[in-house]
Amino acid sequence: MSETVVIKRVVDEAYDTKSFFFDLDADVRPGQFLMVWIPGCDEIPMSVSSVDGREKSITVKAIGPATRRLHEFEAGDRLGIRGPFGNGFDLSSGNVLIVGGGVGTAAVMPAVAATGADVIIAARSDRDVILKEVAERHSKNVWIATDDGSMGFHGNAVQLMREKVSQHDYDCVIACGPEVMLYFTYKACEELGLDCQLSLERYMKCGAGVCGCCVMDDQRICRDGPVFRREQIARLSDFGRGRRDACGRFVSFR
Amino acid sequence: MQDGVSLRTSVGKVELGLPGMVASGVMDETGASMVRMFGCGAGAVVSKSVGLQPNPGHSNPCLLEVCGGYVNAMGLPNPGIEEFRAEMEQAVPAGPVIGSIYGAGPDDFSELAGRMEDYGATAVELNLSCPHAKGFGMEVGTDPRMVGDIVSAVKSAVDIPVWAKLTPNTHILQDIGRAVQDAGGDAVVAINTLKAMVISPEFARPVLSNGFCGLSGNGIRPVGVRAVYDLRTVLDIPIVGVGGISCWRDAAEYIMAGASAFQIGSAIGTVGIDVFEQVNDGLRSFMEEYGYRDISSMVGAAHE
Repeated sequence: MSETVVIKRVVDEAYDTKSFFFDLDADVRPGQFLMVWIPGCDEIPMSVSSVDGREKSITVKAIGPATRRLHEFEAGDRLGIRGPFGNGFDLSSGNVLIVGGGVGTAAVMPAVAATGADVIIAARSDRDVILKEVAERHSKNVWIATDDGSMGFHGNAVQLMREKVSQHDYDCVIACGPEVMLYFTYKACEELGLDCQLSLERYMKCGAGVCGCCVMDDQRICRDGPVFRREQIARLSDFGRGRRDACGRFVSFR
Repeated sequence: MQDGVSLRTSVGKVELGLPGMVASGVMDETGASMVRMFGCGAGAVVSKSVGLQPNPGHSNPCLLEVCGGYVNAMGLPNPGIEEFRAEMEQAVPAGPVIGSIYGAGPDDFSELAGRMEDYGATAVELNLSCPHAKGFGMEVGTDPRMVGDIVSAVKSAVDIPVWAKLTPNTHILQDIGRAVQDAGGDAVVAINTLKAMVISPEFARPVLSNGFCGLSGNGIRPVGVRAVYDLRTVLDIPIVGVGGISCWRDAAEYIMAGASAFQIGSAIGTVGIDVFEQVNDGLRSFMEEYGYRDISSMVGAAHE
């Protein structure tokens, strides 16, 4: 069913990123997502970036027509919501290291809030770092990596992850971010013999596991995922290689 | 002990080890998805409806959960028949694939059917029934003469069996069924979705981007069962039942109304991917208890 929610407040997270808070009765597990309807424009999958009782949020980077339109929305405006969808993270995986890259940081934030685990937030530059204060409210160790070195570690998420893994004793890495970051996170975990749970993304239509348009190999990102473990990812030949477009055609990344 | 019960069935010349097929449009756009469904207890997979050109379909929202099922207006998204070759190459070795195709007239359908035959399809299913694609689907499938022209053109173009998927959005369903049979069609598949609309009162507009959509799922089953029952009374060719099957009882209803096999779509979402195994197990137990040795002994039982 589609539910209509009223935006309670909008928070600027960065120059191009905003969080929208609203009440939604449904129980949402960390790592699940909603289908957000912007009437007259589009319906897009958005990870839930916070859960506080009835209050939920999504954190949106303005990158396309739908997200730019959403950025014009203010407190009091209404959105259509379907969901939550997807499996979410398994947070009973021992001592976890949580890694967020870019706006993918939003998707791991409920897992940070639920566990208080160590966090890496990676971004291109200091002005792209989001949700640092939120992470610091829940976790003792919040490390920043920027590609240009303008804040924290000078380098990418995977380089910093390797450093932290060598200094601490982790059982599992939880991560969401650009696919290239997730690909090298997976490769590093494989090399280090460390389990991981990666939240993956594909173009989506139904969100409910029916239409099959978001598949990687034979797995539906919306229903079988979006979170996959290392041994599952090992069987996804599309991962890091290419995606399907709206017609269902395979489009190679390189 | 269920040794005496067989779920084997046939739709004309098409032999099926299991009676349930994946309905067109659900988990059947890629080769790997189709292979996965063969491993889940489906006797065949009907592909996504494929046209001559790549089509992105309607924009989102294109599906919505409603009481009793889903409404959708996907708008026939597909990679086009040329690119679909790769998906078929992957799927066909895993089991029988019924190639679903859509077009604007006899020439389109004939060309597409020929390609599906080249790709190794076991049969073709003509989509004469999609309710939300302008110029296609039920717009060509509610005129018995057009249906007859399309079926006979496809029959002369291919050697594999030709099935026609019919729309319930008509008062002349039996006439359309007869048109398929008279043109040499090998089977009819009934039903496609019911033409529908959902409006958001808060936004004062239809929810799906296309406005009109098709209703599927549990809510439409009595309509589908009636359609199959009606068709059985006038047709000699086999019928494949589809519309709102989510458990063995639903499948048994369609079989007893006159269907030789059935398809499942929405329940792959509402129940899950293991719906075929559940239906197969339930059917076996029912047949064992009620003394039906095979599917054919149940077909049309409600007519007697």
